[in-house]
Amino acid sequence: MDKLTELMQQAHASLDAATGLVELDEIRVHYLGKKGLITDQLKQLGQLPADERREAGQEINKVKQSIALLINERKEVLEKDALNERLQNESIDITLPGRQMEAGSLHPVTRTAKRIEEIFMQLGFAVEVGPEIEDDYHNFTALNIPDHHPSRASHDTFYFDDGTLLRTHTSPVQIRTMENKEPPLRIIAPGRVYRCDSDVTHSPMFHQVEGLMVDKDVTFSDLKGILEAFFKAFFEVEDLPTRFRPHYFPFTEPSAETDIQCVLCSGKGCRVCGNTGWIEVMGCGMVNPEVFRHVGIDPEEYTGFAFGFGIDRLAMLRYGIDDLRKLFDNDVRFLKQFA
Amino acid sequence: MKVSENWLREWVELDATTEEIAHQLIMSGTELDGIDPVASAFTDVRVGQIKRIEQHPDADRLRVCQVDIGAGIGEELLQIVTNASVELEQKVPVAMIGAILPSTNPEEKPLKIKKGKLRGVLSQGMFCGSETLGMGEGGEGLLPIPAEAELGKNLREIFDLDDVILDLDATPNRADLLSVAGVSRELGVIMQAPVKVPEIQNAVIDHDQTFPVQITADDLCQRYTGRIIKDLDVKAKTPAWIIDKLLRSGIRSLGPVVDVTNYVMLELGQPMHGFDFDKLSGGINVRRAVEGEKQALLNGTTASLKADTLVIADDVQAQGLAGIMGGEDSSVTDDTKNIYLESAYFVPEKIMGKARQYGLHTDSSHRFERGVSPDLQVNALERATQLITDICGGKVGPITDVIANDDLQKQGQIHFEARRIKRHLGIEVENKRVEDILTRLGCELTPLGNSNENGWTVKPPIFRFDLATPEDLVEEVARIYGYDNIPARLRPMEPRIARKEETLVTDDELRNVLVSRGYQESITYSFVPSQVEALLSPSQEQIKLSNPISEELSIMRGTLWSGLIPALDKNVKRQQSRVRFFETGLSFIKTDEGLIQRKKIAGVITGTLHSEKWNSTSELVDFFDIKGDVEALLSIASEQSFEFVVSDHPSLHPGQSANIVSDGKVVGVCGALHPATEKSLDLDQQVFVFELDVDLISQKKLPEYTKLSPYPSIRRDLALVVKREVNYSEINHVLKSLSISDLVESFVFDVYSGVNVDSEQKSIALGLIFQDFSRTLEEQEISAHVEKIMTALEKETGAVLR
Repeated sequence: MDKLTELMQQAHASLDAATGLVELDEIRVHYLGKKGLITDQLKQLGQLPADERREAGQEINKVKQSIALLINERKEVLEKDALNERLQNESIDITLPGRQMEAGSLHPVTRTAKRIEEIFMQLGFAVEVGPEIEDDYHNFTALNIPDHHPSRASHDTFYFDDGTLLRTHTSPVQIRTMENKEPPLRIIAPGRVYRCDSDVTHSPMFHQVEGLMVDKDVTFSDLKGILEAFFKAFFEVEDLPTRFRPHYFPFTEPSAETDIQCVLCSGKGCRVCGNTGWIEVMGCGMVNPEVFRHVGIDPEEYTGFAFGFGIDRLAMLRYGIDDLRKLFDNDVRFLKQFA
Repeated sequence: MKVSENWLREWVELDATTEEIAHQLIMSGTELDGIDPVASAFTDVRVGQIKRIEQHPDADRLRVCQVDIGAGIGEELLQIVTNASVELEQKVPVAMIGAILPSTNPEEKPLKIKKGKLRGVLSQGMFCGSETLGMGEGGEGLLPIPAEAELGKNLREIFDLDDVILDLDATPNRADLLSVAGVSRELGVIMQAPVKVPEIQNAVIDHDQTFPVQITADDLCQRYTGRIIKDLDVKAKTPAWIIDKLLRSGIRSLGPVVDVTNYVMLELGQPMHGFDFDKLSGGINVRRAVEGEKQALLNGTTASLKADTLVIADDVQAQGLAGIMGGEDSSVTDDTKNIYLESAYFVPEKIMGKARQYGLHTDSSHRFERGVSPDLQVNALERATQLITDICGGKVGPITDVIANDDLQKQGQIHFEARRIKRHLGIEVENKRVEDILTRLGCELTPLGNSNENGWTVKPPIFRFDLATPEDLVEEVARIYGYDNIPARLRPMEPRIARKEETLVTDDELRNVLVSRGYQESITYSFVPSQVEALLSPSQEQIKLSNPISEELSIMRGTLWSGLIPALDKNVKRQQSRVRFFETGLSFIKTDEGLIQRKKIAGVITGTLHSEKWNSTSELVDFFDIKGDVEALLSIASEQSFEFVVSDHPSLHPGQSANIVSDGKVVGVCGALHPATEKSLDLDQQVFVFELDVDLISQKKLPEYTKLSPYPSIRRDLALVVKREVNYSEINHVLKSLSISDLVESFVFDVYSGVNVDSEQKSIALGLIFQDFSRTLEEQEISAHVEKIMTALEKETGAVLR
């Protein structure tokens, strides 16, 4: 066996045994490097007779190329192995939860108020706000509720020593809006209201939305149309029956109370609707001309409607909350349900 | 008002079921708080009489009775075993074999009476208590049966039990619905049914004695009528038909005179009062009370009167609170022989709220405050006279009728243009229909001009003093026409594009930042306990409610923390150790200029930074977590610049709290609660808080594009050593004040104190990014900038390179 064949066999053997890229490189240097064994062979060509050189050179180059090829092949195998090994090592349990800042939640009342606002804003209503510590004039007198009016007794008002009070409804905002803006008007006013009453179904603080539309030709028929459309949109029930019953509010005439068909039992009768199939959700009516006179709007020129309803009540009906007090208990476990 | 349906049916001929009547009432504006049967739906309970009683042979508590159930029904005598206490000849309610007795508990099955043996002795029925029959207020013992009741008669017949009690809730404007007469009139209109008004006969006058009446307070009382009835037998028994009706309206029998006045009040709506005439002296004076005057009342209390209260007095003293409650001294007792019967009209708006001043609310005050019809007094007096003399006998005197004010019965007329109906309701109602509705309601109509085309002059009936404006009439027309019959119209809306300022921070943006940073939004009460407010808002003058629900809910919050921190603590104590709450809402602060109500956004956090997870650390939140949340909020208000300066808020940790200042104004505060505050509030964990004034962080920058530099930026890092008390903000301030335009960004990337740094000092590592818009910066230019920065920093803050 000549030297070249031997070198070739040796190289083959050591390449087969090579397990890493570093080792592989060492083998390359050992045979093909500047001082490598094959390179040596080429250097020794000069010692051969001139006529043999050519052939021997070709032989050596052939072996050199073979070894280079073998190295490359081996390299590919080893690289593939290495990659596979790396992939294996890097495998993780992708079913573990991802890393994140856990998101919080909006309060169901805020969530409901936003939904109400969005629906009315589509109808061109603007959102207005007002103070919660109110004066008697805006909370009562301007709304045609004079001193000692029986309606005052039913309002269970919180007072301060200076005669101011916590607003008992969001209606003062309609007064403040009409005092400051010219008709036509389309507004809603969501916010906190207060009544001196606390039991299973009453909270001393709760939330209302007031609505007001004033224009030259607003009628009771429009009031019914807008409110029916609202409740259908809010509850996402296409044919949600509503009924308007005559009622009395000093600030509207005619006045109505609005019932919607119970959204929990679809009118069949259940605990929530007291087996009547109906749920009272709102008071409304045509703005009493007395109210217009208080704010300097000519009732012969303009008509309008106003409505008011409880946000908390709608939130409870929408999300199936059975206890009003839960809304203000701020139990994390409750609040997280609205994420 | 509670009223028996059968009583109403006596007045108005109704061919309708209870449900139909209820529906019509509801849909015409009278609410129904309940429809309660006067008894359970039991069957076949009859009147029996006990003829023999023997002791049960095997049971001490049982007796064996032989009961006569009347001729022709079943066996001669029924044998019934009972544990009730019974007497011979007593009339008792007997549930016959086959009778069904519904349970008071709707979940339970009704009891069916069967022939059976009780401890071996045959029993052919059961005696019933009022509770078993669902009658009255229940109570112990058997239901008493009147002595005259016919044996064998069904109890439903005897007691008129096929009746329901309608609990009517008339709206405050409808005083006319507070009587059987009024409700009947209303039913007559809405159900188009004839109403039978019983004729009231004027009493035959037996004597001519009168009692002088003077109305001194003629602005409060406009009419006072009265008469003397002598020689009454007040011990006579009120007939059962009156007692039953009173009971079904929730009023107990208290003797014939009081029963009759109550009955007439329910029937006609006129509250009345009967005095013991022999206790009155001189004459009646309807006057204002003398401040501090004492009045012993029928309910056993004594009121100290205010000068604005109207009293019915005689020459000696006040004998009753007018329209509210009679006085004790002149009340009718068993010894009363002669009475003075009063029927008056008090001006509603003048006596409103007076009863409440004395903690009283009576059937009488309720009616007078809402308004009694001013034409009722004499009629009611005659009706009561008739009933009293029917029961008690007596000799009737003439009526004294004093009208203090001429315009009492002057009825306003309403100019009612027909066009108003369409204008308010949006529908046409035929004029004929309008006339029909208003006429049925008792209005008198006169056409405006020659025909009814334009409308009418309308004179409402005297009892409908709530009808005063054209709109009131529109409502009446709509009510009777039916709200249901007015179509709902989704009117075409004039488009209105709401103004939305892009440079204004919205509440939603602020909320969303906190929600995405793991906060739960809370809603706490705006009124808080005084001691909590004192700890969290110590420099505030407290704003106290005059009539709080409780001390815990008595002070208007000066800071939202007063609600949030107790809410957080409650959760921690409920084993929720990681809490992040925020709230938006008003805070209430008293200033020299008066009360201000500012919208705030506030947060409180405690516990670990992350909720417990496989890959999270368990580090607790610290100052820089809450500050990071605040900075995230402030970053929305991009037009404003904010500075955190050391805070002296007394409720916060002096070394870990900051005021947030923008444009020289404190817009908020954040930090760790003061350990002393935490201790006082009994908190279990360290709490970090922030509160910002929403209106003071409202300015957003409208983004304005600036060109990007195509040239490379170059970074230089500076490791500075400064004294410990030097704040980063001072260094930042120096950098800003140099106004080096090539310095496009600077930031801190490390703060270190410890090994290799003097204990009085700390090391701050700054990253500086330099860039120019027109060329690549030269090395020496940057070195010049750095040198300038170092010189300034050394001068201003004592910083040296490490």
